[in-house]
Amino acid sequence: MASTTTKSLFLKGLVDSLPFLLVASPFGLLFGVLSAEAGLNVLEALAFSLAVFAGAAQFTALQLLQENTPLLIVLTSALAVNLRMGMYSASLTPYLGAAPMWQRAIAAYLTVDQSYALSIVKFEDEPEMSVPQRMAYFFGTTSVIAPSWMAATVVGAWVGAQIPASWGLDFVLPLAFLAMIGPMLRTPAHMVACFVAIVASLPATLMPHNLGLIVAGLAGMMAGAQTELWLEQATARSKAKQETAP
Amino acid sequence: MSTFDQTSLWIVIIGMALGSYVLRFAFIGFMGGRQMPDWLMRHLRYTAVAILPALVTPLVVWPSPTGGETSLPHLAVAALTFAVGYFTRNVLWALLSGVSGFLLLFLLG
Repeated sequence: MASTTTKSLFLKGLVDSLPFLLVASPFGLLFGVLSAEAGLNVLEALAFSLAVFAGAAQFTALQLLQENTPLLIVLTSALAVNLRMGMYSASLTPYLGAAPMWQRAIAAYLTVDQSYALSIVKFEDEPEMSVPQRMAYFFGTTSVIAPSWMAATVVGAWVGAQIPASWGLDFVLPLAFLAMIGPMLRTPAHMVACFVAIVASLPATLMPHNLGLIVAGLAGMMAGAQTELWLEQATARSKAKQETAP
Repeated sequence: MSTFDQTSLWIVIIGMALGSYVLRFAFIGFMGGRQMPDWLMRHLRYTAVAILPALVTPLVVWPSPTGGETSLPHLAVAALTFAVGYFTRNVLWALLSGVSGFLLLFLLG
């Protein structure tokens, strides 16, 4: 009985994740194409996707590598892009933290935007789910996405190897990032963070070794955090005013 | 075209694999149900939304296909991609508009 429900929850996760394939596959393809343009062979591109399994961070590292950035800065910047995975992991912990260690170890690898977004909504909506049921759903959400991401990388790397460098495909990379940024701007604080980072990034290019990226990023993060704090305080004040009003 | 060597590439791949895994595992594996300090979570919420624009802006303002010279058509395609993503809230439409814009630049340029 219990195993039937975990099985059906795995399938439910799988089905719920299918729309995300439309996003993951083109980005996987693009990563493959651009890594080929950057000089990686198919095996190296696949190793990249397999080992890291995080689109935005992979694009960041690829771009910075081509700009001859010191490795420490490549790693810091790419991992900074991936910091949100830490937040996802933190926010899933109350729901999955009681699972066996080996399951948590695999779940950690499979924590990506799509699996997190689907699972956290499901877990919040259905608090009566047991830990094994939650794990089944979580694994279901990545069961198609993860292999598709790898397959798309391979196809992209193979296609990319046939495209001459003169096409100037490297400009597609900033476009891919821009496509990701728009939907991320959900609150005024997000917009402030983004705006400050944009403004700071231009003078920051004068800093050596692409260090400016980290400086501009930090400036944006601080601006976003501060805006969030101000907005919270403003809401709290107006609420307090309403409550004391006659 | 490629300006980096194999060793650098593999250091980055392995370093990112370890780093990303630690980021993903740290909380669910070690932290249990403990809470992170508020100020830290508040900053972490804005990492992607700050780092990605900081990375993109110079690439758009000084695009590589023109050899780094600011170009209005490139700026326009970038603005279009961003605007479509922002207004449709859909990464896929944004990426499609961006790639179409790029093809247009390629064909005209």
